[in-house]
Amino acid sequence: MSATAVPAPTTAPAERPNFLNATHGLKSWLLTLDHKRVGILYLLAVSCYFLLGGIFAMLVRIELLTPAGDLMLPDTYNRVFTGHGVTMVFFFLIPAIPGVLGNFLVPLMIGAKDVAFPRLNLASWYLYMTGGALMLYGVLNGGVDTGWTFYPPYSTSYTTTNVLIVGIGVFINGFSSILTGLNFMVTIHRMRCPGMTWFRLPLFIWGQYATSLIMVLGTPVIAITLVLLVLERLFHLGIFDPAKGGDPILFQHLFWFYSHPAVYIMILPSMAVISELIAAFSRKRIFGYHFVAFASIGIAVLGFVVWGHHLYVSGQSVYAGAVFSLLTMLVAIPSAVKVFNWTMTLYQGSVSLATPMLYGLGFIGLFTIGGLTGVFLGTLGFDVHVHDTYFVVAHFHYVMVGGTLMGYLGGLHFWWPKITGRMYPEFWAKLAALLVFVGFNLTFFPQFLLGYMGMPRRYHAYPPEFQVLNVLSTAGASVLALGFILPTIYLIWSLKAGKIAGNNPWAARGLEWETTSPPPTENFLVQPIVTREPYDYYEAAEEAAGRAVAPGPSH
Amino acid sequence: MNFQLPFMPEQASAAASEVDHLTLYLVAMSTFFTVLIAGMVIVFAIKYRRRGENSVGSNFENSALLEITWTVIPLLIALFTFGWGLKVFFRLYRPPANAVEYQVTGKQWMWKIQHPTGQREINELHVPLGQPTRLVMTSEDVIHSFYVPAFRVKADVLPGRFSSIWFTPSKAGKYHIFCAEFCGAEHSGMIGWVTVQTPEEYQAWLATVPGPKAPAASGDQLFAQYACSTCHKAESGGRGPSLQGRFGTAAALADGTLTTFDETYIRESILMPSARVAKGYEPIMPAYQGQISEEALQQLILYIKNLPGGNSATAGASPASQGTSR
Repeated sequence: MSATAVPAPTTAPAERPNFLNATHGLKSWLLTLDHKRVGILYLLAVSCYFLLGGIFAMLVRIELLTPAGDLMLPDTYNRVFTGHGVTMVFFFLIPAIPGVLGNFLVPLMIGAKDVAFPRLNLASWYLYMTGGALMLYGVLNGGVDTGWTFYPPYSTSYTTTNVLIVGIGVFINGFSSILTGLNFMVTIHRMRCPGMTWFRLPLFIWGQYATSLIMVLGTPVIAITLVLLVLERLFHLGIFDPAKGGDPILFQHLFWFYSHPAVYIMILPSMAVISELIAAFSRKRIFGYHFVAFASIGIAVLGFVVWGHHLYVSGQSVYAGAVFSLLTMLVAIPSAVKVFNWTMTLYQGSVSLATPMLYGLGFIGLFTIGGLTGVFLGTLGFDVHVHDTYFVVAHFHYVMVGGTLMGYLGGLHFWWPKITGRMYPEFWAKLAALLVFVGFNLTFFPQFLLGYMGMPRRYHAYPPEFQVLNVLSTAGASVLALGFILPTIYLIWSLKAGKIAGNNPWAARGLEWETTSPPPTENFLVQPIVTREPYDYYEAAEEAAGRAVAPGPSH
Repeated sequence: MNFQLPFMPEQASAAASEVDHLTLYLVAMSTFFTVLIAGMVIVFAIKYRRRGENSVGSNFENSALLEITWTVIPLLIALFTFGWGLKVFFRLYRPPANAVEYQVTGKQWMWKIQHPTGQREINELHVPLGQPTRLVMTSEDVIHSFYVPAFRVKADVLPGRFSSIWFTPSKAGKYHIFCAEFCGAEHSGMIGWVTVQTPEEYQAWLATVPGPKAPAASGDQLFAQYACSTCHKAESGGRGPSLQGRFGTAAALADGTLTTFDETYIRESILMPSARVAKGYEPIMPAYQGQISEEALQQLILYIKNLPGGNSATAGASPASQGTSR
């Protein structure tokens, strides 16, 4: 297959049988065993949670326009920022890319008919919805005010808010994560089509694999931690509260043992998307494929031994702090390797600046800042001053929003024609990408400065000298909101009115582009047999031009 | 060297400029890399923009030399950064032997502070310029965090144990105290002021505050009031271990392990004596949990620390005594 764009078919996709029109009715969706439909169920759900989390975020930003706490009561504000954190972390960032793009693409990219355990896959979604429903009930009906970190003894012995129900919601949601990870790992090991060797896997798959590893190994720890929290709150067992003989630092260790790797659950899938975007829109094999692939695994493994950098000022021993700081420095290296390799992929590429690539390049810039400020915070002497200030808030939003969300939006645009058979409108999409990039930086860059000036996080009211930067941040958040509303409108519009996409609008080389758009329920009408790897743009073009090429790098 | 840049809070402690130097290095280092990456992305995106519908990239896709370069150089930079950060960190948490101790108790939502000379303040801390000052802190309820941006120091304040920070104020003025760990409804109201005064002004200020006894002296009274002296004096017949000169030394426990005879151990031994019984003694001491306030505890501990032969100067000399000192 050559690298030329396939001419768009003239028949509307709805006329050909595909996974969207194969069966009809609500039941056919709610009981579906098709990984692509499960992906769409996730898309609908994570979009709702993103909207909710976004509304909470706007409330926070509006409250912080003025130094005095004049919009909400302190108790309300505390529930709002907790609602924002819990919703975004557990119900958007963690499931978004694996749930939506992972579910849709993992079987397609490896030439499989479905994931290894389709029923389990659907069960994951139901667990996610059940956990989400409990969380929603707790957050909207009285709320919870501990922050998404649930630190005791405040969470176990002091607050009167809905810690129990929200904690149980997050606990149940964890099983969804575990089952998805398990499913992906087995699928990637066992379901690859003939010829799909490990080093012919798209880097998206390597990223999903690394993510699944963390989901399966890390999530049980947060589950145990939440159970202990619930036991202490319900039955007054002295586990964390020192007044009952417990140890509050123990909770922090357990919590971050999961929640730091969870940061990599959020960022690794996004990095996986970025690798695909950079390769497809440079029409070039990703630079240093093996290094990028193993960097994902390296991040997943090292990510498990750096949790103590959240406890530098918490009362953990100074020497433990020193060890965790050293390990934290090491985890920066595979991230740096990835960034350099992506950048070098552009070199001598054939670079197109279509919307997904704008998100891809935006990711590189924002993740560079997010990653480097992570090195700031890993540096002991620096962290003491900015720990628990807006510097930390800015840093993790650069990673979570600048990283994960940019990857998610870029991926959604890139695979939208495959998922729906329709193109999004390029002009509006570029405008939205620009708004997101500008709005994002305007929202979060001032927060680095606020943090260094000393403004603590989770403050409902603040001294007046911090106001100017807070106003800038709120203004940025409004631009950012616009950048999210726009895609919601034009993506829905494109379902009916978008240009028919064709099978491979980007002339990309991955296996998922060889089937029809939208794909049929069984993914491929004939069993695919893979004889090449997914980024052979150069070799394919040479062959098409009739020139003999040396075989690509041996794998 | 002192310097003040926009977005840097005032440098009001001797350590502040060291932290700011580290910050400037970090900013310079990451600006270099950000500009490098962004510059390459922009230049490549323009120079190698797609020229024709069917054009593809080259097959330059591997270079061991480049991979080694961008692994080893960042690694060396990261290790250098780690070392510098560690140096500043030890500086921030290792109080000098002559540091003067103030007692801090956090509770929802205020800071209660007692001077070594007995004066009490709430949400205010007066300290003399140039005096190495150590705050020994605990909480009555949830976790708080004592943070003075102008001094670049912070430590979480935990119920049930003691943590500490220290600083040498280097500039007179008023500086924010913030609670940096979320502690409930009025978290953002748990703020106050450090006032740094010249030693003369400080002495004059102390004289205006009707001070109760110095905490160690109140501790003496409490030691008698709670009948500690019946067992814990050298002449009291060996029912309990003598406490003379024990502070900061190793203590052998009945279960064969060792612990450090520090604030947290003393506190636990008063509230829950059976938790870690001293070697060679019967667990006969009654528990004082719920019968004694945090402040009285601090006064008792200060008294025990300073019992003759006591070596309180070594208390903070080891960096491990930051925070938990378990």
